Amino acid sequence: MSLSVFALTGAALVGLGVYGLLARAHMLRRVIAFNLIGSGLFLFFGAAAARSTDVDPIPQALIITGIVVALSTSALAVGLVVALARSTGKAYLPDDEGGA
Amino acid sequence: MIALIAGLTLPLLAALASIALPLRARVPAALLGVALTLIASLWLAVEVWHNGPVALLLGGWPPPIGIALQADGLGAALGVMTALVMVGVALAARVELAPSVAGARASFGFWPLMLLLWGALNAVFVSRDLFNLYVGLELITLTAVALVAISGKAQAIAAALRYLLFALAGSLLYLAGVVLTYAAHGTLDITLLATRAPAPGDALALGLMTAGLLAKTALFPFHVWLPPAHSAAPAPASALLSALVPKASLLIVLRLWFEAMPDLAAPSALLVLASLGAIAVIWGGVLALVQKRLKLIVAYSTVAQLGYVFLVLPLAGGDGAAQPWAAGAWTGGIFQMLSHGLAKAAMFLAAGIYLAAVGSDRLGDLRGQARALPMTGFAFALAAVTLMGLPPSGGFTAKYLLMTAAFASGQWAWAFVLVGGGLLAAAYLYRPLAALFAREVARTPRPISRLWQAVPLVLAALSIALGLLSAVPFDFLQIGRPDQAAEGL
Amino acid sequence: MTTALPVLVLMTSLVPAAITFFLAQDSHTLRNTLQLGGAVLKLGLIVWMLFAVAGGAAYEAEFPLAPGLVVLLRVDALALLFISLSATLWFLTTIYAIAYFGTKAELSRFFGFFSLCVAATTGLALSGSLISFFIFFELLTLSTWPLVAHKQDKPSLAAARVYFAFALPGSAALLWAIIWLESATGPVLFTEPPDLSGLDPAALRAIFALFIIGVGVKAALVPLHGWLPAAMAAPAPVSALLHAVAVVKAGAFGVVRVVYDVFGAENMTALGVGTPLAIVASFTIVWGSVRALQQDEIKKRLAFSTVSQVSYVVLGAALASPLAMIGGLVHLIHQGLMKITLFFCAGIYDERAGIKRIDGLNGMGARMPLTSVCFSIGAMGMIGLPPLAGFVSKFYLGLGALEAAAPWVLVVLLASTLLNAAYFLPLLYRLWFLPAASNATGDERAPGLVGPAVITAAAIVGVGVLAASPISPLGWATLIVTRGYGP
Repeated sequence: MSLSVFALTGAALVGLGVYGLLARAHMLRRVIAFNLIGSGLFLFFGAAAARSTDVDPIPQALIITGIVVALSTSALAVGLVVALARSTGKAYLPDDEGGA
Repeated sequence: MIALIAGLTLPLLAALASIALPLRARVPAALLGVALTLIASLWLAVEVWHNGPVALLLGGWPPPIGIALQADGLGAALGVMTALVMVGVALAARVELAPSVAGARASFGFWPLMLLLWGALNAVFVSRDLFNLYVGLELITLTAVALVAISGKAQAIAAALRYLLFALAGSLLYLAGVVLTYAAHGTLDITLLATRAPAPGDALALGLMTAGLLAKTALFPFHVWLPPAHSAAPAPASALLSALVPKASLLIVLRLWFEAMPDLAAPSALLVLASLGAIAVIWGGVLALVQKRLKLIVAYSTVAQLGYVFLVLPLAGGDGAAQPWAAGAWTGGIFQMLSHGLAKAAMFLAAGIYLAAVGSDRLGDLRGQARALPMTGFAFALAAVTLMGLPPSGGFTAKYLLMTAAFASGQWAWAFVLVGGGLLAAAYLYRPLAALFAREVARTPRPISRLWQAVPLVLAALSIALGLLSAVPFDFLQIGRPDQAAEGL
Repeated sequence: MTTALPVLVLMTSLVPAAITFFLAQDSHTLRNTLQLGGAVLKLGLIVWMLFAVAGGAAYEAEFPLAPGLVVLLRVDALALLFISLSATLWFLTTIYAIAYFGTKAELSRFFGFFSLCVAATTGLALSGSLISFFIFFELLTLSTWPLVAHKQDKPSLAAARVYFAFALPGSAALLWAIIWLESATGPVLFTEPPDLSGLDPAALRAIFALFIIGVGVKAALVPLHGWLPAAMAAPAPVSALLHAVAVVKAGAFGVVRVVYDVFGAENMTALGVGTPLAIVASFTIVWGSVRALQQDEIKKRLAFSTVSQVSYVVLGAALASPLAMIGGLVHLIHQGLMKITLFFCAGIYDERAGIKRIDGLNGMGARMPLTSVCFSIGAMGMIGLPPLAGFVSKFYLGLGALEAAAPWVLVVLLASTLLNAAYFLPLLYRLWFLPAASNATGDERAPGLVGPAVITAAAIVGVGVLAASPISPLGWATLIVTRGYGP
């Protein structure tokens, strides 16, 4: 029961993230959207691993690795957004301007 | 086995050294790292040549608990190609990314990024674990995006961000597929997955992973990020981005379809992927034809050239049992990856020389440069021969093998793509060549040292040599070859 | 020695090419020594092989690339026919080119590609398999491009672009044909005709057509000939090489290989493709002559004459009777000698007297007697006056047409001869019988230019008069046909 809650929450997070990615052109929002998708996937991953009675340790190791990767990606992305905002004054990609 | 470990750790150590050491020692340390990693890559290839695939279980744990690394002919060959390109890029970057030329920021950032990229590429080439491949891909993406943005110009940062968006979307799709695979089978090891009991979600997992990898490979219709990103970077970085980075995701596509889940290869799926590849060949060629800047022509050509590799999927095994070219299509696809890597690196490095010499890469400004910089012009021409697929280059060997497979299996429609793509390549590469060869000189060039000019020439000559001496690389690629390469999907 | 010889012959042009690229512009002596040394060495090796092959020897060298991609160099009688021509004329053209260019710019590039072009022709002649033929065929395309574009002015670059635009689709057709055929038969070697039973006749006809398109571009078969007159923008030695030895001859040689060593005369007759090919060749012969008649520039007229004359070789192959084949093969040599003489002379008129157009030739016979005699011999040979070279070819082609029961070919030959006379005789008339213009200049104080022309002109007479001797081109062509393709 609780497992499917985790899985459904994960799926909902992914959905929210995809929506954010498609609907929002602001780069910072997009970065957050990516993080939401990633978190949703990790949650789903964890839930998938705990199906059997004895808990599988591998997904936990993988999730931790994945979070580290996601963190460093986000750091680079935010850094680039800041650099873009500094040099152009906007946090939008050139042809996405006017987006919400 | 030591060579395998060295190929993974030396670039990372050198990357650290090129950040942490005092300013004067950074570039020498990076160059030392380049030299040592080159030796390790060659050594690994020799080891594979003599003893067959080199395997390593991390920490001694066998899969599914541990992670297996294995260098087969395919991985080791890509490793050698990468090493050769890296050496060329490093030699060019010594001049082109000197602080006095490129600014302190770019010249500081380039070396660790390049070395990190190398380490990540080598990791992808030898990994047998889908999650390990994910980490490698992410590291490649991070360094590649940073390389695009390294000049700090607004245009470059925008290109880098767009690239990052595509790459991240690709990563998440791939990751979703990995999660589904693990949920169904409890393992991510490629060898174990090949023997798994099929589960209903496998097709979705493979589809997600493939889609993610396509976005990273810039296959049509995911190609829009590539040309601006590849042309925004300094030339040595462009060479890395175009020649090497897409090869990692391509390799994973091949590993997934040929090694991990060949049983899922439905004809319709292969048709879709190969059709996307075919469209990429044509559309990339057409777009390259209308560009006015050399770097953009070369970048769009990457979109086209990568498309060929996807023709391997339906053509593999289309060899006819009696013919001498078993596994021809599969090997041909890899020949395409290798020769494109060498030739494309040569082209971008040549473009860098022109940029340094005349300060522009517009075709109009490049008119007449063949006379002032004959070696560079010759290098560009040799690389063009490879990309056009004319004999006796590596590109020709690739196309020949793919075409024989297309005819032997009766799928000659793909041969139209091969021939048409070659003619398109001739058309879009003819324009820069004709401009370079013109009599009148548009701009008087700055002198460029012969050593620097020799770098793209050697890389281009290697891409030709790959065709002239194709017997050895062909045999090398058969080491550890999956059965499906010969039997077909 | 048996494997080393073909490689050595190839190296005599390849090595000078490789070194020449890196020579400084002003190291004239070294460059000329390399070029001439390579040419002389090659001639020596070929004379050696001529005697050995006449005695029955065969030389072979094999380089396996990827599976199915075997570069096979093989010296057989047909290869020797072509290679003797190219080696002799390469030597003479090198002397001519050295004199022609003097100390002009970009000579290292020119002679580098020049030797590379000859190396490609040599490889083409020696190719013992279809795929090696294709590889050298492409190398020839690539190495001729810089020669055509050598002057780097607008017309040259345009000509080079047209050349590429014709040559590359042609190559694509050729590659398509080769791979289609080989996917059914395995790699094709010229020594053992492939087993064609795996392909149905419609497919075989399509393959044959693709082959002919592929090599026909280079052989300038109408309507694939458009690049050849355009290529006139190239310097005179390049035109001489292109028209006599390298590109068009490679195409004609390719037709011969495809007809006799890939399909075989019997299959060709069974498929019913010989007659269409003969018709295309005949049309090219007549059309080229008609177009030549309309040209006012000497080189343009010669170019269209080449379009016409090379198809004699194709015609000989298409008729597929022994005598016609001898006629076609011998014309491979004879046309080379005649056309190179004419182009040498055209270059001399241009270089020493500034004459490019036909009306400039008025009265030049007295002012430039040696050149004009050579030009006249070449022109009369082309017309087919006995006992010159062209007569021998036409005579055998005519006999062959009767042998092949295709008497309509006689009409083509007759029409062509009349047209040849119509476009060459006015030139001779101008040279010898019209008074020179008052402001005409011109001299022949250039032994390096005139010498080669005199030698080739003498050869035109020689191969005709001595046609009956076994070492003449006719004797050798007879040997090829009786030994390899006889009934």
